[in-house]
Amino acid sequence: MDVADRESVVTFTLAGILSGARRCLPIAISGFAIGLVFGTLAGQANLSVAEATLMSALVFSGAAQFVVLGLWDSPVPVAAVVFATLVIGLRHLLMGAALAPHFTKLPRLKAFGSVFFMADENWALTMSEFDKGRRDGAFLLGGGLVMYVSWTVSTFVGGTLGGALEDPARWGLDFAFTAVFLALVTGMWKGRSDLLPWTVAAVVAVAAHHWLPGQWYILLGGLAGSLAGLARRGA
Amino acid sequence: MPDSLTILAIVLMALVTYATRAGGLWLASRLNLSERAEAWLEQLPGAILVSLVAPAVLTSGIPGALAALAVVMVALRTGSLPAAMVTGVATIVVLRSFL
Repeated sequence: MDVADRESVVTFTLAGILSGARRCLPIAISGFAIGLVFGTLAGQANLSVAEATLMSALVFSGAAQFVVLGLWDSPVPVAAVVFATLVIGLRHLLMGAALAPHFTKLPRLKAFGSVFFMADENWALTMSEFDKGRRDGAFLLGGGLVMYVSWTVSTFVGGTLGGALEDPARWGLDFAFTAVFLALVTGMWKGRSDLLPWTVAAVVAVAAHHWLPGQWYILLGGLAGSLAGLARRGA
Repeated sequence: MPDSLTILAIVLMALVTYATRAGGLWLASRLNLSERAEAWLEQLPGAILVSLVAPAVLTSGIPGALAALAVVMVALRTGSLPAAMVTGVATIVVLRSFL
């Protein structure tokens, strides 16, 4: 095995799970506050505590879950709820594709089991780990697990207590995730070759966020920026 | 007693969400990726992160812009994620109470 081959090996170890869990812990703690809010709002939308907790345990997607609360009615508009969930989930397709060069080197069960726990935050941390040459696929799972426990438990607690934390913006918690993404992307800066794709991504995302509903902006900005980077390389 | 339509909606939400989480990896692992496709995938993480962040910073006004600046500076100096997160949250709370 030569050096290049060894570098491209992707492991899946207990140490990787623990490292992912430790690094995602501060994020999971902020997420706990958001989950309290979700549990509270779900109660106001006439979901029982059991139903809200089941949703968090099975869906595990804050973005989708908050949006469907706005659609929730009696009887439940199932088609609209599922369609909204699909649209919000589309960004995962891009995130999964970005994992692929590393995760296709793992056994299928480990790769496809881990992606159940793929949220924006642990995905971003995992990509930043791979970017630094640390190649342990279990990092995604470890981070996802602490976020999963935090999200599910906090939904239950928020639904049970009700109104524990009505306005996360008052505590600056709405900015916690933005700060995390910003710190990670700062670490990914490689130099001037990133300037064009990142500028294109930012401009397209801001425009899409302004003019389109929902979360199309993540998908469109990600696509536009990465394609601009590719075009620049090809030129 | 849980409502059956509610359970149906939740289960379908779960299936759709998992399909999107697995779909990108599944597609990319079935195709034999060209060098150009690999180069595209390399550009994706940064572009997605920038897209997540840019509107959030812009819609947070002046406090958001200044807090973002503080986060980038702490991230560059320390490389510590918790430090950057705490800085961002603390800065925006303080600035919001003044601005």
